[in-house]
Amino acid sequence: MKFIAVVDYNMGNLHSVSKALELASRGLGIKLLVSRDREDILRSSAIVLPGVGAFGKGIENLKRLNLIDALKERIRAGVPFLGICLGLQLLFTESEEHGKFKGLDIIKGRVVKFPETVKIPHMGWNQIQIKDKILNIKNDPEKFAESLEEKSKIGLFDGISDNSYFYFVHSYYVEPEDEGCIMAISDYGLEFTSVIGKDNIYGMQFHPEKSVGLGIKIFSNFAKIVSGRL
Amino acid sequence: MLAKRIIPCLDVKDGRVVKGINFVNLKDAGDPVEQAKVYNQQGADELVFLDIAASFEDRGPMLDVITRTAEQVFIPLTVGGGIKSIDDINRLLRAGADKVSMNTVAVKNPDLIKSAVLEFGSQCIVVAIDAKLNKKLKIKNKKLGWEVYITGGREAAGLDAIEWAKKVEDLGAGEILLTSMDKDGTKDGYDLELTKEIVEAVNIPVIASGGAGNLEHLYQAFKIAGCDAVLAASIFHYGEFTIKEAKDYLSGKGVAIRMDK
Repeated sequence: MKFIAVVDYNMGNLHSVSKALELASRGLGIKLLVSRDREDILRSSAIVLPGVGAFGKGIENLKRLNLIDALKERIRAGVPFLGICLGLQLLFTESEEHGKFKGLDIIKGRVVKFPETVKIPHMGWNQIQIKDKILNIKNDPEKFAESLEEKSKIGLFDGISDNSYFYFVHSYYVEPEDEGCIMAISDYGLEFTSVIGKDNIYGMQFHPEKSVGLGIKIFSNFAKIVSGRL
Repeated sequence: MLAKRIIPCLDVKDGRVVKGINFVNLKDAGDPVEQAKVYNQQGADELVFLDIAASFEDRGPMLDVITRTAEQVFIPLTVGGGIKSIDDINRLLRAGADKVSMNTVAVKNPDLIKSAVLEFGSQCIVVAIDAKLNKKLKIKNKKLGWEVYITGGREAAGLDAIEWAKKVEDLGAGEILLTSMDKDGTKDGYDLELTKEIVEAVNIPVIASGGAGNLEHLYQAFKIAGCDAVLAASIFHYGEFTIKEAKDYLSGKGVAIRMDK
């Protein structure tokens, strides 16, 4: 049976993430496994990396648990991966949070702080603007999708309309070098990347597990991608 | 655009919901988990649980309420009341709380706020400020002064609320939950002057609390005082208005509100 490993690396709200994922993947024949064991990660059919808190501590915990290589190996092997909030940020090359920290460097780019002109943290419900290209593929996949991979990528947004609200809480945001991986942006004083999708890798700055129905819907879309139904 | 938040508050004692009028005269009004589900269905943006007896009694029932709520209600949950240590915070977060709110301990031991921010991040550390007008407390060029109260409104802390709010931001708190003790329970509306002063003094989100009696009061708090969220108990709790009615009203008046569910 396929299983999604939810990585438990002491960076917050695992309870909500696993309960929401459990609800979202009901009836899809997928198990959930909350784990910090590298063997579990290496056997997983998909990985969810949640997390709130500081970037440096997140990387340190992953290192200490000896999970970095395992995560990289699974991502390279092509299993669906979903990073949430800090879990998205850790995918990047480096962060400027409390100094300078190296990330997993799976997505090239940086994690930077919001300017002082806005209230920090960015906390609350904000909208996502889905990129035109993604909207086009969503509306007419045959015409706009350049590859099968592009077609499946937009499955994440199945049933999610442009300008939907999700719950955010963060002080830093990601700046990918390759803008092609940006699936949606949000506006908080400036436009920042709120959802990325690249090959088998997805990441979102907001918290689906705190975003009621639409959050569960995104989790359910991810679970369907894992089960091969999308 | 970032939406303004509507946050119902549930006062919880021994695992049951109560609502204090001016912090006394408790009235039992049901199971917090059931109540949380109702608010969630109505479109609440967050929920706050205030454990009003936690300073003195066992916290077990509250942890159970949080665990059960977090399994069914997928919106942010804040818990306040009687938190004294990193270990307390850790237990609440692990049970499923997203944020913890601290008042007395923040005043008595500000270092705890600092350590909590380092340990868990600013995003989950809320400092609750209970403030009361003190006419003798005139600071700088301000007409009015508000004093900070602790231990559930029983004890004056000898701090100016605005200065304390700035300090709290420096300590790394991610949000301020500001309650006007003068207005709490009156249904006369939020203390707009106090809220505006605090909103302008800090660069972190401020939740206004105390005094909501009708939907116009919520509007004033956003429009005049400029707060990021409003907290209310009675007007939602006794069924006078639903969250949805409040959101329709505010949205109709041009306030940025999350309307989809």
